[in-house]
Amino acid sequence: MSEYTPPINEAEFDNNFEQIKPLMNDTQAYYESSRCLFCYDAPCISACPTHIDIPLFIKQINSGNTMGAANTIYNSNYFGYSCGKVCPTEVLCEGACVYNLQDVKAIEIGRLQSYATSQAISKNKKFYDIPEPSGRKVAVIGAGPAGISCACELRQSGHEVDIYESKSKPSGLTVYGVAPYKITNKEALDEMKYLQDQFGYKIIFNTPVKSKEDFEELERKYDAVFLGIGLGETSELMIKGEDLDNCTGAVEFISELRTEQYRVKVGKKVIVLGGGNTAMDAASESSRMGAQKVILAYRRSKEEMGAYEFEYDLAKSVGVEGMFNVTPVEIIGNGKVEGVRFAETKIVNGKPGASDDTFIIECDMVIKATGQMKQKSILDNIKDLKFDDKGKVIVNAETFQTSNKKFFAAGDMVNGGAEVVNAVSEAQLAAAGINNFLKYLD
Amino acid sequence: MPDLSVNFAGIRSPNPFWLASAPPTNSGYQVMKAFEAGWGGAVWKTLGVPIINVSSRYGSINYRDNRMVGFNNIELITDRPLKDNLREIEEVKKYFPNHAVIASLMVETKDEWHRIVKDVENAGADGIELNFGCPHGMCERGMGSAVGQEPEVLRLIVSWVKEVAKIPVIVKLTPNISDITEPGRAAREGGGDAISLINTIQSIVGVDIDNFVPYPVVDGQSTNGGYCGPAVKPIALNMVKNCAQDPDIQLPISGIGGVENWRDAVEFILLGAGTVQVCTAVMHYGFGIIREMIPGLENYMREKGFNTIDEMTGRALQNVKTWENLNLDYQIIAKINETKCIGCQLCYIACEDGAHQAIGLSNNGTRVPYIIEDNCVGCNLCALVCPVEGCIEMIRTDDGKKFETWKERTQEGRIPTTFNDPLAGGLHHFVPEPASALKK
Repeated sequence: MSEYTPPINEAEFDNNFEQIKPLMNDTQAYYESSRCLFCYDAPCISACPTHIDIPLFIKQINSGNTMGAANTIYNSNYFGYSCGKVCPTEVLCEGACVYNLQDVKAIEIGRLQSYATSQAISKNKKFYDIPEPSGRKVAVIGAGPAGISCACELRQSGHEVDIYESKSKPSGLTVYGVAPYKITNKEALDEMKYLQDQFGYKIIFNTPVKSKEDFEELERKYDAVFLGIGLGETSELMIKGEDLDNCTGAVEFISELRTEQYRVKVGKKVIVLGGGNTAMDAASESSRMGAQKVILAYRRSKEEMGAYEFEYDLAKSVGVEGMFNVTPVEIIGNGKVEGVRFAETKIVNGKPGASDDTFIIECDMVIKATGQMKQKSILDNIKDLKFDDKGKVIVNAETFQTSNKKFFAAGDMVNGGAEVVNAVSEAQLAAAGINNFLKYLD
Repeated sequence: MPDLSVNFAGIRSPNPFWLASAPPTNSGYQVMKAFEAGWGGAVWKTLGVPIINVSSRYGSINYRDNRMVGFNNIELITDRPLKDNLREIEEVKKYFPNHAVIASLMVETKDEWHRIVKDVENAGADGIELNFGCPHGMCERGMGSAVGQEPEVLRLIVSWVKEVAKIPVIVKLTPNISDITEPGRAAREGGGDAISLINTIQSIVGVDIDNFVPYPVVDGQSTNGGYCGPAVKPIALNMVKNCAQDPDIQLPISGIGGVENWRDAVEFILLGAGTVQVCTAVMHYGFGIIREMIPGLENYMREKGFNTIDEMTGRALQNVKTWENLNLDYQIIAKINETKCIGCQLCYIACEDGAHQAIGLSNNGTRVPYIIEDNCVGCNLCALVCPVEGCIEMIRTDDGKKFETWKERTQEGRIPTTFNDPLAGGLHHFVPEPASALKK
C-alpha cells in the first residue's frame, strides 16, 4: 500500500523525505513578498512567540534588501532559518495572516523567512558586534534552541559562554527531534555554525552534565548557569511487552532516523501509539521509510488529538491510518513485537481507561509517542531547585530564574514541551534575566 | 451587434485599435501579423532621415510583481531603408486593403517633407502621422519634440505637409510642454486633419545604484528616454481631455498612452478619442492581446447601448469640469462592511497618518476599525487602500437637494475671506492636539 519503498541510500532517503517547505528561489520570493499587505499592527507579529517584524522583513525582501530582512529576523530570533522551516506556521504567523479571512492563501511567511536567512548564512554575513569581555562567565547546559539562543544573547553583553552538550552535534531538536521532511541536518547545522562563528561561544560536545559534582563544579566556575536540557526519554506505558525488540519510543526513533537516516529499518506493519505532533511525525516517517502499513492508535477521539490538524493531514497524505478510542493493554510477542492488544477506551470520570473488550492487531513494530519524561533525576542534583507537581522546574515568569538564584532555565524543561520558537523566545528573556542578575552581582 | 469600425478623419479601419508608431510596426512582417491577429490599423515606425541606434535601448519600472508598469526607450526612428519600408507598406495594403496603414514621418526641410509625403502616398498609405513628439535623440537634431514644443514651427511644418498631402494628416503631440492645447491649436491652424497624443514623456526610468548610472545603460552611461506604458495613462487621459474640450482645436483625436485592455480604450474614447494607439502592451504581451480588447469593447458597447464608436466618443466630457464648478454641498463618508473586513487596518493607519484621523481601532478584541463619522471628510483614501473588494463604501450623507459651487459663491460674494470666517472649510474639522501624537 505504501507509495514509498525503503530507502537504500542517501538520495533515496532525501527523496522520501522531500522538504515540505522547500527553499524559495529569487522569483518565488519576489512574487510572494509582493503579496504582503503590510498590515498595521500586523497580527502575524503578535502570533509569533519571538515577535519578528514580519511585514518589515517581507518588505525588505521585496525591495531587494535581503540582508536587511535577515537582520530583522535575527534581531528577534536566532533560529530564524530553522524556525522558518520547522515552525507550525499554519497555527502561528501564517494562521494569523488576514488573507485567511478573505479565503486568499496566507503569505508563506515561513518560507520567506528561510529564504532571507539562508542568504545571510551562505554569505556568512555578520550582523552583531561582540563587545569587549565583561569578565563574567556563564555556563549553558544543552546546545538546543534554548541554550544556543541564550548564548547568542549573552555574548552580546560580552559575557564568556561555554555550552555543555551531551550529544555530538548542536541544535537539539532541529537535528535530533524534528521530522526530516521539515529540515535537513545540513540546514540545521549550517545555521548553528553561522551563529557560533558570529557570536563566538564555546560548545563542549559529548559532555553530559548530570551529577551533583558536575553541577557544583559549574557553580564554582561560572557566575551563572542556564539550563536548557529539554525533556528526557519517552515515558513508559507501564504495560506488558514494552521491553520487546522493535518496541521503541518516538523521540528515540526520530533521533535515530535523523542520525542514521536510510540505515534505519522500520517494520512492515507499524503501530504508532499517541495523538500528539510527535506521533504524527513518527507515523509519517515510518510510512516514508517504506512501512507497508502504518496505524496511528489514539486512546481518545480524532477531535481530541493534541496534534495540529495539518500534521494529521500530512500523516494521512502518506497513507497513515487513524484508529481512535483504543487503549493499548499489552504488546504481544516472543522476544520481538508481533502485535498489540487493544481495549476499547472507556471514559471513567473523564479519564480514558480500558474496557474489557480487547482485540489484537498484528504488527512488527510499535512506536510509543506517549510523552516524554521530565529530567528530574538529573535536576534533583542541583541544590535548592524547586519543581511543580508535574515535575517541571519552577521559574520566575519574567526572568526565568529558578529557585536557585544562580540557575536560570527555559525551553521544553520549563514549558513542558513546545515549539522551537517558544524555546528561543523564553531563552532570550532568560538571557535578559541573567544579564540583570550579573549586573547586581557582588 | 455594435459596429466597431471607424472613420477617423477620413481614415477607415475595422476597429479603433491601432498600433502606435514604434518597434511593433517596424516591418511589414509585424504589421501583417498584427492585422491578422485583429488590429484595425497600424502607424508605421517613423520614416525619415538615416539614423544609428544604440544598444541597449529600453528600461522599465516594475511595481512589486508587476513588470513594466512604466516603460522607457531611447530608440530612434526606423533604421531600415526608406525604399524597403515603402515596398512593405504597399504589400501590406495589398493584403489588407480595409485596414488602416498610417505612415509616421519625421524629416527636416520643406523639400524633404514634400518628397516623403508623396512617397508614402504612392506606396498606398491611408494617412500620415507627423512625429512631433519623440523626446530623445531626434529632438537634439531639431526634430521630434523640438518641433512639438514650438507651436509656430509645428504650424509651419503642418502647412508644408498639407501643401502636398492628399491623404489625412494626423499631428502627433508631445506631452513635454506646459499646455498641450497650444500645439493642438497650432496643428489645427496649420491645416492638420487630426491629432494624436501623447507621445512619450521625457524620463529617467531608474538608476543602477551600484554603478551610478541611469537605465538603460549604454557602455556605462545613459541618457533621458521617453516614458510610456500603464503608468502614463492618467497623464495621457488628462491631455486628451484638454484637447477634446478646447473649442479651438475640434479635431479628431487618436488617444495614446498606457492602453492595455478594452477598459483603457473605453476611457480614452469617453474622454474624446476616436481611435486608440497601443505600443507598450504589445511589446510586453504581443499582438495577441487584441483578442481581449475587441470582445471587451463590444460587450461594453452592448451593455451601454452604444452602436458606434462615434456615439461613445467624448461621452464623459460633459462631466469633466473645472474645480470651481463642483458641488460644495455634496458629502460622502466612509462605511466599513464588518463582515467583509479582514482586519489589516490599512484604512486605519492611512487615515490616521495620511489623512484626517477619522478611523479608530476598537479595544474590544476585534480588528475591524470604525469610522469616526464627525471627522470623515469623504476623501476616499480608506476605500482606496482597502484590499477587499467592496468592503469600504462611500455613502452619501447630504440630501442631494443643494448644489452650490465655488464659482457661484464667488459671484454671490459668499466665499470665506478670513480663516475664522464661518464659511471657511477647515474650521469645523477635528484635528487632534499636536502633543497627543507622542502618546501613541
